[in-house]
Amino acid sequence: MHFLQLAACNLQLSTMIEIKNVSKSFGDIQILKGVSAVMETGKTNLIIGISGSGKTVLQKCMVGLFEVDEGEILFDGNNLPAMPEEERKQLRQQIGMLFQGSALFDSMTVERNVKFPLDMFTKWDHKKKIDRVNEVLERVNLKDTNKKFPAEVSGGMKKRVGIARAIVLNPKYLFCDEPNSGLDPQTSMVIDLLIKEITKEYNMTTVINSHDMNSVMEIGQTILYLYQGEKEWVGNNKEIIFSKNQKLNEFIFASEFLRDAKDMRMLEEKGIIDNDRNMEEVMKDPETHLLMGDNEKRESHPDRDDEK
Amino acid sequence: MKFFKLFGEYILLIKGMFTKPENFKMYWKELMHQCVEIGIGALGIVAIISVFMGAVSAVQTGYQLISPLVPKTTISQVVRDTVILEFAPTLVCIVLAGVIGSKIAGELGNMRVSEQIDALEIMGINTKSYLVMPKILAALITIPLLVIISMVLGIWGARFASSMSNIVSTDIFDKGLLENFIPKNVTFALAKSYTFAFIISSIPAFYGYNVKGGALEIGRASTTAVITSCILILFADYILAAILL
Ligand SMILES: Nc1ncnc2c1ncn2[C@@H]1O[C@H](COP(=O)(O)OP(=O)(O)O)[C@@H](O)[C@H]1O
Ligand SMILES: [Mg+2]
Repeated sequence: MHFLQLAACNLQLSTMIEIKNVSKSFGDIQILKGVSAVMETGKTNLIIGISGSGKTVLQKCMVGLFEVDEGEILFDGNNLPAMPEEERKQLRQQIGMLFQGSALFDSMTVERNVKFPLDMFTKWDHKKKIDRVNEVLERVNLKDTNKKFPAEVSGGMKKRVGIARAIVLNPKYLFCDEPNSGLDPQTSMVIDLLIKEITKEYNMTTVINSHDMNSVMEIGQTILYLYQGEKEWVGNNKEIIFSKNQKLNEFIFASEFLRDAKDMRMLEEKGIIDNDRNMEEVMKDPETHLLMGDNEKRESHPDRDDEK
Repeated sequence: MKFFKLFGEYILLIKGMFTKPENFKMYWKELMHQCVEIGIGALGIVAIISVFMGAVSAVQTGYQLISPLVPKTTISQVVRDTVILEFAPTLVCIVLAGVIGSKIAGELGNMRVSEQIDALEIMGINTKSYLVMPKILAALITIPLLVIISMVLGIWGARFASSMSNIVSTDIFDKGLLENFIPKNVTFALAKSYTFAFIISSIPAFYGYNVKGGALEIGRASTTAVITSCILILFADYILAAILL
């Protein structure tokens, strides 16, 4: 029994991505400064940060599109930067990636886009390939688009096709660079949830770049916050809004409105705001000032973590 | 300094092409596709240019050779040799550098900018060999054929123009064509067209493959690619003439 548990534990440990001390410069400018993190299997692992903080560069380093200057990127314990080209190609067949602009091959129909990895890497017959293509297209809720060209479908559909193409070979790792950039909030959410579901279903290690707070709250099972190329904070969506990290708070509560909303919610939870009192009374309450002014106080109630 | 950096990157691109294909059938399909794109795509313009360039050279040679001491058959000999040696390979390839070069640079540039090249790399495909090599091979296969077609059409154009504008009759023209024919000239022309085909395909592929930035850069890369290939063609033309003739 013990042994089994240990084995299971080992399995869990080995099927994940671990990055250690990754640094990357372009010319004289250092973009990534010693970033370390662990991306867990079966979960959606988010990399968040403002535009230009180095999310894309980190993700491209992880898959080997950029060479790291320093550091290790361990896929199941295998260090990608140290791999010879042949081995890298092998590993890459287990990686699916959804690009920011979808990166569909625009000379091919949706069907051929999704079929392309199968054409390249399997010896299946035509029917088996088409069946698989239809299976994944159905999985991402796309029907009747098989014969359309990428230019003829909407942004949200392109993302779905991109996801379908990324998962068609049953990859162990899925990378998504801002899967909901350029989409309306509703479609974004649908795409986010789709990625989360597929991740669980296929038991993949999924890494997602995002700067969208909706996604962070919805699918941030683990979160790495990058600030100017440095790891500033790690945690998950249950912890993130209660963090007292100044730079993280600037990112999360970018608008005045959200900051106020956060304070309101906290006051409500503490029972300071309720239906019997009007705002004036609340503002006069010494405890309001105590709570809003003092960050230490907020953190002293760990039980709140579970309420989200 | 910048030249050496570019040259080094260019050599790396060419060297990177030679790897084992992930799937031979897909590479073959891509090669056939490129042959159609490059060869058939440029056939029309090559035909038009060749006929007119032959016609013009016949008229001009006829205009310059008015001495009664020179036999009329010389006109077709001169036309034949200039078309085979210079016009068909060099002029056609300069035009093809524009037509095919901008197409290759544009296609690869677009794929780079829209991350399609990255998407292929992520799948574990060597994009240097999958995207660049079929284009170069297709150029090496089709451009010499286009040059041969151009030779034939150029001479036909000259023959047609000569009889139309009463410079020489077709009988005399045909007689002249067969006089003093040096087969080595055709070999030389083919050697030129292989060289030019490599330049026309590899230089734009290099510039397109390495585009950085956005749509604007694609246009810039195409222009640079076409200009560079044209200059290299003229340069190679001179070198080959100096060595082989
Ligand atoms: N290929 C490149 N060459 C030089 N600088 C780059 C390159 N790619 C990204 N950068 C720089 O790296 C920084 C981080 O970019 P990026 O990772 O794209 O940010 P984001 O977090 O928005 O994805 C930016 O300042 C960008 O200018
Ligand atoms: Mg980005």
